[in-house]
Amino acid sequence: MNNMLIEDRKGKHRKAKQVTAVAILGFLSSVSFLVLGAILYFLIRNGASAFSWEFLTEFPRRMMTEGGIFPAIIGSIYLTAGAVLVALPFALGAAIWLTEYSGGGWWVRAIRIGVNTLAGVPSIVFGLLGLALFVITFGFGVSILSGALTLAILILPIMIRSAEEALNAVPRSFREGALALGASRWHTVHTVVLPSALPGILTGTVLSLSRAMGETAPIMFTAVAYSMLRLPNSPMDKCMALPYHIFVMATESPSYGETRNLQFGAALMLLALVLVLNLFAIVWRTISRRRKAW
Amino acid sequence: MFLFLASVSLIALAFILYFILREAVPVFRGATIQELLGPKWRPTYEAAPRYGILPMIGGTLLVTIGSMALAIPLGLAAATFIAEMAPGWLKDIAKTALELLASIPSVVYGFFGLMILSPYIRDSLGLLTGQTALTASLLLAVMALPTIASLAEDALTAVPRSYREASAAMGATHWETTWRVTIPSAFSGLIGAVILGMGRSVGETMAVLMVAGNSPQLTFSFLKSIRTLTSGIALDIAETPSGTTHFHALFFMGVVLLVITLAMNWIAEWFRGRLAKGHLKR
Amino acid sequence: MVTPVSPIAQPAAHDVKSQKVCRLDEVTRAWIKKNIESEIIIEAENLDFYYGKVQALRDVSMCIPIDGVTAVMGPSGCGKSTFLRTLNRMYELTPGAHAQGRVSFLGQDLLKADPAAIRHHIGMVFQRPNPFPKSIYENVAYGLRIEGVRRRSALSDSVEESLRHAGLWTEVKDRLRQSAFGLSGGQQQRLCVARAIAVRPKVLLMDEPCSSLDPKASARIEDLARELSDELTVIIVTHNLQQAARVSDNVAVFMAGGELAEFGTTRQVFDDPQDPRVADYLRGRFG
Repeated sequence: MNNMLIEDRKGKHRKAKQVTAVAILGFLSSVSFLVLGAILYFLIRNGASAFSWEFLTEFPRRMMTEGGIFPAIIGSIYLTAGAVLVALPFALGAAIWLTEYSGGGWWVRAIRIGVNTLAGVPSIVFGLLGLALFVITFGFGVSILSGALTLAILILPIMIRSAEEALNAVPRSFREGALALGASRWHTVHTVVLPSALPGILTGTVLSLSRAMGETAPIMFTAVAYSMLRLPNSPMDKCMALPYHIFVMATESPSYGETRNLQFGAALMLLALVLVLNLFAIVWRTISRRRKAW
Repeated sequence: MFLFLASVSLIALAFILYFILREAVPVFRGATIQELLGPKWRPTYEAAPRYGILPMIGGTLLVTIGSMALAIPLGLAAATFIAEMAPGWLKDIAKTALELLASIPSVVYGFFGLMILSPYIRDSLGLLTGQTALTASLLLAVMALPTIASLAEDALTAVPRSYREASAAMGATHWETTWRVTIPSAFSGLIGAVILGMGRSVGETMAVLMVAGNSPQLTFSFLKSIRTLTSGIALDIAETPSGTTHFHALFFMGVVLLVITLAMNWIAEWFRGRLAKGHLKR
Repeated sequence: MVTPVSPIAQPAAHDVKSQKVCRLDEVTRAWIKKNIESEIIIEAENLDFYYGKVQALRDVSMCIPIDGVTAVMGPSGCGKSTFLRTLNRMYELTPGAHAQGRVSFLGQDLLKADPAAIRHHIGMVFQRPNPFPKSIYENVAYGLRIEGVRRRSALSDSVEESLRHAGLWTEVKDRLRQSAFGLSGGQQQRLCVARAIAVRPKVLLMDEPCSSLDPKASARIEDLARELSDELTVIIVTHNLQQAARVSDNVAVFMAGGELAEFGTTRQVFDDPQDPRVADYLRGRFG
């Protein structure tokens, strides 16, 4: 009699539903991760054999059917480093203002909406902006400068958000402690708040670096050249870039079959760079969060 | 000083609007609005050029619908599983994996689509070419999935613990709580996540450019080659002399694309904001 | 009054005093029957409880009579809420929490049964009102819906009956379809009571149900607890001694460390506490 009391008749049915739901959802979610696995698998299987010291340090040869991707790597580094260097001070300034000085109000709301909106602009539109503004209006032409500036605008919202998050994570008590000792607001910010937020800000920087490294559409008509047999020698020069290199090799390469290996190699290289940067940022973020005593 | 730095994103936004409109508006010197919204895109046919962008709008619509048909159920399922059912360690791994999936450059997805997926679709469906709306949809689904899943996961996790407790205390199983309380409570956040994911699909350039085949035809068949707004711009702009009607028409496409994506963004943010407010009241 | 001598090994300290705490042997049962004149609905036997490695309940043994209101009191952190959450297994939602021992509900071991089924029979009201973000009607109908009740008339009847029982019907009958969030705090808490009793549980657990309410709303909840105790067993956790004195028939007092220090009728415990710590606790609060 007591057993009947607790195990009601519908209980079994409801339990079965619970188990089915978990099984179905678990299965559907694992599908998503299988995709990641599949992409990695195919790229590694086809591209790993292309990897060699020469592949990374040599110029392409014979109409890009042989040789390496050295100039593309260098070009990507110039572009992304340039973009981050330009965007960082603006992003930091914006984040400091939003967290430390603004104190709320409609102006803050407007800037927040601006940041969110900018983050939702498709990357090809940044390309159009770069073309119209930097290449044509400012007369920078198709150059590293134009490309880096375009990418800088693209990563600006990501950097602002992550810097803001890092600053917000610094406990109020730190600021109050410093202010109570008579420190000025700016003094408090740069001696107390910024050092505590530094790991978070760097994480955000690394993430934006990886984002900028993978973007193709914004640099396609602002910075890159199909092929260059020398390294760029000034910011006003064109350059090659890894993502664009992958794109043109895959879609316009004159001898598709022969270069298959090289193409997979280039794609694998880009993927590895981006994933390593991301993984580094994620691991670092986890560690610095754990280490925090507050 | 800081205020100026903070406003840079607004200034950038203003620049985008101004410069793209500046290059787009002159299109009306060469084409009427009816022509621009027409079904024929033949900008380089000198005898009778046509600047109708309808095929590109149709293409964008087609691949967006196709990708969402796959990405919404998968993304929401993954989010629900991660937020509500997975044990702690699996949750950490899954969230890291989602973050990594989201960070893969679109050109790498495109490359994968072109080299692996598109030949596979061609062979298994017996098509002449694997560069179809279907290929692009599949690829876009994979790309939108991490966005939808991680934003939806955030929305589910934001549901207050007290709702779940109340439901569990009523004798609901875990699934009943999830289905009848957690998901309805997070609903506007989930809609926001889906719309943001959709915005990603609409705005994605490289992957579509590489696998969709790029024929500017108005079609509703997933097995045909299509061109989207984004790939349409990317294809032509490098080889189009600035100042021509063709060039301006491409910027006009940019305006249309921008309007669509920004509208989706705002709608999504509105939904997500509503979610935050709803819980705050408690 | 005869205090039973338990055959179960007792903790060394307070030996004599803790004999008043009922032990689950025949003598104890007889004592309960005689002194409280009631059947027993829930019995805890040597219950230990841990959050990870921290022990929150220490060898708790007690019986809860089926009639009347039983109050669970004690200083904060003494494990009174934990004890309550063991009774409907709500502690399982906290990672790392686990219970050892035996808790029987009408003779069956609660700790081994299906938690969802248990919670049908043992309802709960929380510290802060926690209605779902749904309409008033849907909040009350929730438990029936998950049981699979679909018939509209059955649902409406039950919703009305539960709301009447919770003393909320006249206030909300014209706005059943509006959001529960539009109600005041006290009304929300009574709605939570209505929601809990809609599935006709045998026991209602109330975890400091008045802690977020003003005195007037608290008084209504107290009255409600008394009224409900005619039909089901009410177990109420409170840190408010006056409230316990007003509402309860029996009192269990926990002391720091999760030890049950005293159990008896409210009159006995308040007038003549056996454990000196309980005496101090009661005096400290009143004085």
